[in-house]
Amino acid sequence: MISKLARLIAAAIAAPGAAFAASLPAQFNLQPPQSPIAEQIYELHTLIMWIIFGIFVLVFGVMAIAIVKHRKSVGHKAEQFHENTTVEIIWTIVPFVILIGMAYPATKTVISMKDTTNPDITIKATGYQWKWGYDYLQEGISFYSNLSTPRDQIDGHNEEARKNNPNYLLEVDNPVVVPTGKKVRIITTANDVIHAWWVPALGVKQDAIPGFVRDTWFRAEKPGIYRGQCAELCGKDHGFMPIVVEVVEPEKYNQWVAAQKQKSAAAKAETSPDKKWTLDELKAQGEKVYAANCVACHQANGMGVPNTFPALSGSKVANGDAAAHIDIVLNGRPGTAMAPFKHLNDVEIASVITYERNSWDNKTGDAIMPATVKAARK
Amino acid sequence: MEAAHPHAPPTGAHADHDHDHHAHHPTGFMRWVTTTNHKDIGTLYLWFSFTMFIVGGILALMLRAELFQPGLQLWEPHFFNQLTTMHGLIMVFGAIMPAFVGFANWQVPLMIGAPDMAFARMNNWSFWLLPPAAILLTSSFFVPGGATAAGWTIYAPLSTQMGPGMDMAIFALHIMGASSIMGSINIITTILNMRAPGMTLMKMPLFVWTWLITAYLLIAVMPVLAGAVTMVLTDRHFGTNFFNAAGGGDPVMYQHIFWFFGHPEVYIMILPAFGIVSQIVPAFSRKPLFGYSSMVYATSSIAILSFIVWAHHMFTVGMTAAAQLFFMYATMLIAVPTGVKVFNWIATMWKGSLTFETPMLFACGFIFVFSMGGFTGLVLAITPVDIQLQDTYYVVAHFHYVLVAGSLFAIFGGIYYWLPKWTGHLYDEKLGLWHFWGSMIFFNVAFFPMHFSGLAGMPRRIPDYALQFTDFNMISTIGAFGFGLSQLIFLWAVVKCIRGGVKAPDRTWEGAEGLEWTVPSPAPYHTFETPPLVK
Repeated sequence: MISKLARLIAAAIAAPGAAFAASLPAQFNLQPPQSPIAEQIYELHTLIMWIIFGIFVLVFGVMAIAIVKHRKSVGHKAEQFHENTTVEIIWTIVPFVILIGMAYPATKTVISMKDTTNPDITIKATGYQWKWGYDYLQEGISFYSNLSTPRDQIDGHNEEARKNNPNYLLEVDNPVVVPTGKKVRIITTANDVIHAWWVPALGVKQDAIPGFVRDTWFRAEKPGIYRGQCAELCGKDHGFMPIVVEVVEPEKYNQWVAAQKQKSAAAKAETSPDKKWTLDELKAQGEKVYAANCVACHQANGMGVPNTFPALSGSKVANGDAAAHIDIVLNGRPGTAMAPFKHLNDVEIASVITYERNSWDNKTGDAIMPATVKAARK
Repeated sequence: MEAAHPHAPPTGAHADHDHDHHAHHPTGFMRWVTTTNHKDIGTLYLWFSFTMFIVGGILALMLRAELFQPGLQLWEPHFFNQLTTMHGLIMVFGAIMPAFVGFANWQVPLMIGAPDMAFARMNNWSFWLLPPAAILLTSSFFVPGGATAAGWTIYAPLSTQMGPGMDMAIFALHIMGASSIMGSINIITTILNMRAPGMTLMKMPLFVWTWLITAYLLIAVMPVLAGAVTMVLTDRHFGTNFFNAAGGGDPVMYQHIFWFFGHPEVYIMILPAFGIVSQIVPAFSRKPLFGYSSMVYATSSIAILSFIVWAHHMFTVGMTAAAQLFFMYATMLIAVPTGVKVFNWIATMWKGSLTFETPMLFACGFIFVFSMGGFTGLVLAITPVDIQLQDTYYVVAHFHYVLVAGSLFAIFGGIYYWLPKWTGHLYDEKLGLWHFWGSMIFFNVAFFPMHFSGLAGMPRRIPDYALQFTDFNMISTIGAFGFGLSQLIFLWAVVKCIRGGVKAPDRTWEGAEGLEWTVPSPAPYHTFETPPLVK
């Protein structure tokens, strides 16, 4: 703690020079809009800012004059006037009229934002603690999207790399890929708590609510990579589940779809529950699953976070009855942060449980077969 | 009790003695525990509020320290979330709300010519509920899992995941809610029944008016909050599924219930501030308030509108276009009565004879900076823009402009305004100046950059951020520490004023109007035992 404080104080002293120079240039306004809706939002905001600026100058101009000229120290005597119905009616009506002027364009935008009919592509975005899952409903493509910024850049062990990473905290392993010029409908839902799917440049933010389905849409005009973050507090790693949308030309999109389909066919064969796995194969596979799903709470060393997230190393669950262990991973522990993970496939669950039961201080020697997990699903 | 007040019933023989003679009460600690005196209880509320302000402020500085740089330096993300959550809960329920109740206790009887609050013992009880609630709330940091980290809004189902700290916060909210409701009943009864002869409702000082309306708001919505958090409690422990979709509940229903409380709550924290500013501005302009009755109507309109705008906090949950439009229009309407208030204050200053002692500085600072919060409120009322800015630092900037520069600056102004009446001494004007300018400058250094980071896309409630937000976060952190340190000047000024200073005249300020200035400074323990006559 002392050394951390010392580092912080050193940084504070160096702040105006070194740290400012190292950071990306600051931005003062909304991100450059990349969809028709984002464009309208941008223009609405600009319009309102001009109106506000006018009111500001007017109102505080009057106040400034009073402060300068009507002070006792310059010998100004108070005039005892008060109440003037005409003035009071004017300053009620005029703001009302200005508000109507603002409401009109806003109403048009609200109506077009809500129009999610006739999409070209529909993608379901599911919020998990703490990653996004995507399902392309027509194309049948599904994948998860995890933060890909290395842990050592976040916890400060590799500050050099962080400083040179322009996409720090805004990069993922599997981005959402969409074609230009197509109406993309995003359906949101969540697995555990409320999240929010937000990409500022595309003008979409939609809460993802467990047990409910909501939707929103965008049409990206230009190819590019647009980055956003979860916008609703969703627990510990709320700040670490970004959203990346890669907009590509339609031909490239078609190639991507074909490649994804091939990949998922290959993966399906690989994850057939009938395949016989060895303990080592399972453990190796499980380590990857653990790193993507479990490490945020239970930590890489399996020790959890004291008093907050239980340790797995040496735990009763990971060393006791395997069926109970499978049950907790599949169905979660209601009332705690342990969410159900039944969205993972049988191989992923079997391998991660095998990994947990044979790592750190845990040496059960159990190899959990995917078929066992399949049987445990209700 | 009898023994403590051997001379309690004043007899004819004592009638020629001065007021202080009636000040029979236990001394030392027991005076404060057993007191039923509105002035003592007002003092207790104000000190309680200041203590919580310091606690909440320290939490804020802890989280600002983490946000000084990108990367995780000081705190784990889970603890960071506890800091943001508890900072919010403590400031709202521990600092701002009790401070206004403290003002009401001190000032309402003095301003309407009443000898005390209507229910003196209940008054004692509503204060003494607060310290246990505060202990329950703050000590939740030390239970397994720590304090609640679900945000001050306690959104389900995230709040169902929390440890026992969540239950402690829920019980603390229950107790504070009970305290607020009792305080409100007391204030309403006092105002409606104990005004001096001749003081009709439309002759009441505006501070009293704003508190009357606030008290009704409190009674209307505190039970709603209690209901919402109780449902979270039973979802957590007793197998109910109010907010659990898997059991047929609806997480969005929590938000509707919470914000039905939450939006009037925002006005609960600002209406008494309007009242205080409406006392200060005429006094230092040496001129009556421009439009008294339109101020009363504007305050009432704001209170009524506050019940039909709650879902503007929820534009991103996914409502029908019709619902979004309704809540957008209703929210925009609030700009009209709020504008009326600002115009009235400025018209009061216009052609006055202005002086700028510390209370007036804070009142002018309030008008200026609160209006900026009002402007960003207008920006956020526009649904499409709100959808872009919801849950970003822009919102953080907005509500700190109205709650810190609004409510808190008015509280500071009110304290400097009435402190001579309470202590009998003039405060040190130089310290007041330092406090004002320190607060004003550092407040803006801390919070103005947040507008930019919010616009550029920085979500709120994150312990670490993308690199393009670095500059603004550094500036904010520097401002936050400056603002925090400025509050030590305030403590110094107040303590110095209590301990001594130039004797304050009965009418401390040249232009001050109202019954409180007709009693001696310091106000005797008992005032207005014989009601004054108001013409």
